[in-house]
Amino acid sequence: MFNPADQKFDPHMLITMMSKNGHNALIGVEYHAHGDDWCELRLPYNAQLASDATTGIMASGPILTMMDMVTSMSIWLRAGKFQPQATLDLRVDYLRPATPGNTIIGHGECYALTRSIAFIRGFAHDGDPDRPLAHVAGTYMFTAGA
Amino acid sequence: MKINSPYAQTMGFGTERDSDGRLILTMAYDNTKRGRPNFLHGGAIAGMLETIAYLTIAERLGDDDRPMIKPISVTVTFLRGGRDKMTYARATIERLGRRIVNIEATAWQDDPDTPIASAQMNVMLDRG
Repeated sequence: MFNPADQKFDPHMLITMMSKNGHNALIGVEYHAHGDDWCELRLPYNAQLASDATTGIMASGPILTMMDMVTSMSIWLRAGKFQPQATLDLRVDYLRPATPGNTIIGHGECYALTRSIAFIRGFAHDGDPDRPLAHVAGTYMFTAGA
Repeated sequence: MKINSPYAQTMGFGTERDSDGRLILTMAYDNTKRGRPNFLHGGAIAGMLETIAYLTIAERLGDDDRPMIKPISVTVTFLRGGRDKMTYARATIERLGRRIVNIEATAWQDDPDTPIASAQMNVMLDRG
């Protein structure tokens, strides 16, 4: 069985595994891209996740779920390994609603890391990174040995 | 956001009243809410907190006042891991203005006094 703790962190493999079940599978999040300390996921449009059947605008909940996952990934990338962590807080600024039908891209980066805490920020857009839907900032705590 | 919205139905949210008549949002645990093994996904908890905030605002405004309720910002604080069991959430309006609502929501499992997460949310009421 694949044990993430044994391997160099491979976000594509981990996201593929994580997105097959659980809450990530319900919202349908997929791998998009990654770098040394950042990761991108994509959330294809799904009318079943709309906040209102009439407008078809995606609810904020699935976007928040993706941003929680993508910022988590960025921490493991910067650290170069998988380690258990828990979200302490996550702030989301909702700049504008997503356009119904568009795939949403979530970008997360880990900009600082201490022995026990990781600091993240990120944004979501639906096609044009210069017109973001949301900005996020948050902190995570490493839980091993806590 | 309504309780019959596609997102709320996909999440399987329900509502009930506590003994004081306050609106409570409920979510049964199943695999579609899971994050790491045997724990709720933080995104599912946050989705509950935002939803109960919207429902509580809509209830306060009543049937005669139906503005678009738009999120401005939310800060979610995760206090404890959510386990594989029933989760509840409720919200308290801190200030209801003409255009802005400041609201706090909490989620718990066994005891409302032992919350698993809380959220501070700022919401805009858009009457066109």
